Amino acid sequence: MTTITENAIPEPRRGTSDAMIAFVIMTALLLIVPLTGVYPFFVMQALCFALLACAFNLLIGYGGLLSFGHAMFLGTAGYFTAHALKVWGFTPELGILIGTLGAAALGVITGLIAIRRQGIYFAMITLALSQLLYFVYLQTPFTHGEDGIQGIPQGFLFGIFNLSKPITLYYVILAGFLLGFLLIYRAINSPFGEVLKAIRENEPRAISLGYKTDQYKLLAYILSGTLAGFAGSLKVFVAQNASLTDVHWTMSGEIVLMTLVGGLGTIFGPVVGAFVIIAMQQYLAGFGQWVTVIQGAIFVICVLTFRRGVIGEIAHYFKRSL
Amino acid sequence: MSINLQALFAQLLVGLINGSFYALLSLGLAVIFGMLNIINFAHGALYMMGAFAAYFLLNVLNIGYWPALIVAPLAVGIFGMILERTMLKWISGLDHLYGLLLTFGMALIIQGVFQNYFGSSGLPYAIPDLLKGGMNLGFMFLPIYRGWVVIFSLIVCILTWYLIERTRLGANLRAATENPTLVRAFGINVPRMITLTYGLGVGLAALAGVLSAPINQVRPLMGADLIIVVFAVVVIGGMGSIMGSIITGFALGIVEGLTKYFYPEASNTVVFVLMVLVLLIKPSGLTGRAA
Amino acid sequence: MKNKITALMLGTALSLATAGVAFAQDKSIKIGALSDQSGLYADLGGPGSTLAAQMAAEDSGLLAKGWKIDIISGDHQNKPDIGSNIARQWFDVDKVDVIVDVPNSGVALAVNNIVKEKNGVYINSGAATSDLTNAQCSPNTVHWTYDTYMLAHSTGQAMVKAGGDSWFFMTADYAFGAALERDTTEVIKANGGKVVGGVKTPLNSADFSSFLLQAQSSKAKVIGLANAGGDTTNSIKQAAEFGITKGGQKLAALLLFITDVKAIGLETAQGLSFTETFYWDLNDETRAFSKKFAARMKNGAPPSMVQAGVYAGLIHYFKSLEALGSNPHDGIKVVTKMKELPTDDPLFGKGKIEANGRKIHPGYLFEVKKPSESKAPWDFYKLAGTVPANEAFTPIEKSTCALLKK
Repeated sequence: MTTITENAIPEPRRGTSDAMIAFVIMTALLLIVPLTGVYPFFVMQALCFALLACAFNLLIGYGGLLSFGHAMFLGTAGYFTAHALKVWGFTPELGILIGTLGAAALGVITGLIAIRRQGIYFAMITLALSQLLYFVYLQTPFTHGEDGIQGIPQGFLFGIFNLSKPITLYYVILAGFLLGFLLIYRAINSPFGEVLKAIRENEPRAISLGYKTDQYKLLAYILSGTLAGFAGSLKVFVAQNASLTDVHWTMSGEIVLMTLVGGLGTIFGPVVGAFVIIAMQQYLAGFGQWVTVIQGAIFVICVLTFRRGVIGEIAHYFKRSL
Repeated sequence: MSINLQALFAQLLVGLINGSFYALLSLGLAVIFGMLNIINFAHGALYMMGAFAAYFLLNVLNIGYWPALIVAPLAVGIFGMILERTMLKWISGLDHLYGLLLTFGMALIIQGVFQNYFGSSGLPYAIPDLLKGGMNLGFMFLPIYRGWVVIFSLIVCILTWYLIERTRLGANLRAATENPTLVRAFGINVPRMITLTYGLGVGLAALAGVLSAPINQVRPLMGADLIIVVFAVVVIGGMGSIMGSIITGFALGIVEGLTKYFYPEASNTVVFVLMVLVLLIKPSGLTGRAA
Repeated sequence: MKNKITALMLGTALSLATAGVAFAQDKSIKIGALSDQSGLYADLGGPGSTLAAQMAAEDSGLLAKGWKIDIISGDHQNKPDIGSNIARQWFDVDKVDVIVDVPNSGVALAVNNIVKEKNGVYINSGAATSDLTNAQCSPNTVHWTYDTYMLAHSTGQAMVKAGGDSWFFMTADYAFGAALERDTTEVIKANGGKVVGGVKTPLNSADFSSFLLQAQSSKAKVIGLANAGGDTTNSIKQAAEFGITKGGQKLAALLLFITDVKAIGLETAQGLSFTETFYWDLNDETRAFSKKFAARMKNGAPPSMVQAGVYAGLIHYFKSLEALGSNPHDGIKVVTKMKELPTDDPLFGKGKIEANGRKIHPGYLFEVKKPSESKAPWDFYKLAGTVPANEAFTPIEKSTCALLKK
């Protein structure tokens, strides 16, 4: 049986240097964005989702685990950060820390439950858990139900960077994204990442080699959730609100879609996928509900004919690892 | 806390009704999973199509509730078989998760198209005259339509179980799940069987849709949240056994009904909480076989 | 993202002769109609709200006086993120002056903050939340059509006065439902009625029968539905199934629109009571406008109260700009002017805007007709009571709006 990611290219020789070049190009492009006249808020939002998709990809692309509830990390971290900033008046760095830690804690709790089943069941369990959390957030007073937490002060990061200035905010978000991205890259190429890949390819064999595969999977899940939460915390500064949409299952579906479009199990795929999907939402919004239909069609087309995704296809064509 | 027996029985009955929907839907999921090895995320959307089919039969073709009970599931079932032939067929042999993603995409398309044409607020569908009103049973008030839903779904569930577990057709089907190559050697057309099975599972979902049309507003998103609850039901019961999914469906409906009586605030979440508990105690689900 | 529906260009090219004159007498206005174009609220606002804005521009008389009015529309898809992004981009890039409509409380509040930050004008018609003129009020915002307090208050008061003095609540179990129940309870008690019981129903529960059974056995004269959307329509539908209204109990929906009544159908909705601030068949002026409006709607529907609010709000906005002589592109200045001038439009009649941004007008309690009483496709309501403007909305001294603290 094939595994979920068809991008499992056996370690190419030049893999690392290719990725380095791609990384430099991506960073350079992102650095000059404010000079190009592209609307910065669009890019900021796309960056948050790109990090989110990368975190999700760590789990499915390298751990082979499909989480259909990753929005719960996004939303939880968002609510925690928003509450810390608005109600407790915390500084931005503390707010981000609280949001990310909240997501990490959620990762530990839900991970211990979800990791007990494999494959399809894992997907259904994560979906059910996120729905459970959705109802909890709907009823808990601190989230303000359908109104959401609004008008969140952006404040000064480390007391110096004024986050209400779009240009400052942009570079702070970019820095956060790069930090998370490099962390994920590092994790994938560490011994830990190698074990994960081994589990994905052949779990019984990994077990027979003496690896406690459940612990590795749990760790990957927590790491993924924490980074997804980090993305959620950053997003609070861009959107200045935290709402139920971020916990809803449609959001989880969008995260899956971004990664699928870009390429499951590729390093840069989720970033590309996030930009594609967010751009689609922004520029196709005139199509109204057809956006949902288009998203569905992309799912279907990707699964039927385009399983490697954009970056996966490119990498496959050039026989590189991206 | 004093217990009001009448209210308690009423809640139990309501629970049974939701249980019938859970049972019909999770049964359909189990049937499909058994044969195609995919989790059908489009199940909620097809359930919705069943309700819409009933609406159109009545308002366009002037075909009432009773014929709709047969015609709507057939029509939606055929639609399902077309989906299987044109799409699902191409991903057999791939990782199960692709099936989940593909059917999720299908669900988005179906729901989106219906939303575009019919808006979100939905359409009305009246209870058939014969089943209007209610009976006073002394200890409780029984709305006739609800009683009918419970009994009818129970019968359909048991018939489906019988079909799969006790007939020759079912035996072939089960054999094909275990060893398709061998069954093919006996001259049985396995791909056709797969298509028919998917049609059967989809038909069950559509039937649930027809049954729910008179109670709930016929809305494009009526199945979207329901399917997530049904997933939790499936995780609790396990998809290994047909009878298991039927019993779990009804049982969880009752538990939900009891929650509505004792602590209504939690009735949205009780199924999910139970799922967590079951996973902690018996990870492979109540009816056993691990995935 | 932005969907240029129409650009109404009038005036001669000659009038823009010199840049200096054009700046001093800036007579250009850009309107952004931000709504849910295809989801839950699309029938209520959506394309109809854009049409209402367009008709307001045409009827304002400004075009003939050399003003230039552009209208763009956007779809917030009921997501606060998307809504605030569109709003921000409209101000930053498209130089929009005023944002109208915005149903969905979450999105409405998010946009409220953006408009304040960018010093634009915000005429909200579609959102229900009372917070817009209380805790989260803004000097840039006018909340035109209705809010939860008004709905709860008017329905409660009119029902008790009509004899419905004992209530049972079915309340959606979250902040919104609780607020509706609290506001209604207050006015029921103030008018000598009592609440005999209530039950909290989980959001999106498909089945309300058990709660309805409790409501039925409570023997309350009125069953108040403190919920919204699918929950409201499902509970009404199931109440009809149990013959609750036929058994003499009244059903009062605290948040319901004409589009919902259409969706439920008269057969099921008959006898239902609820409040709106506008109905197409209210008087000659509303009928005249609605006829024109319906003729231009794709599905021939008359305006909902939200769409009517978009029209009326913009009419008043144009009037205020005219009084200012030119468009200062300064939100606070324009809204201050709007509050100064008394309002008078064909749809809501005479009224005013309070200091907290709340537009004041009467609330009408309607009862849904029997199918046999309905003579035309949208002939749904009969008027069952009127709550005067000064009693319908939150009394200004009870508003928690910070603008009121001098």
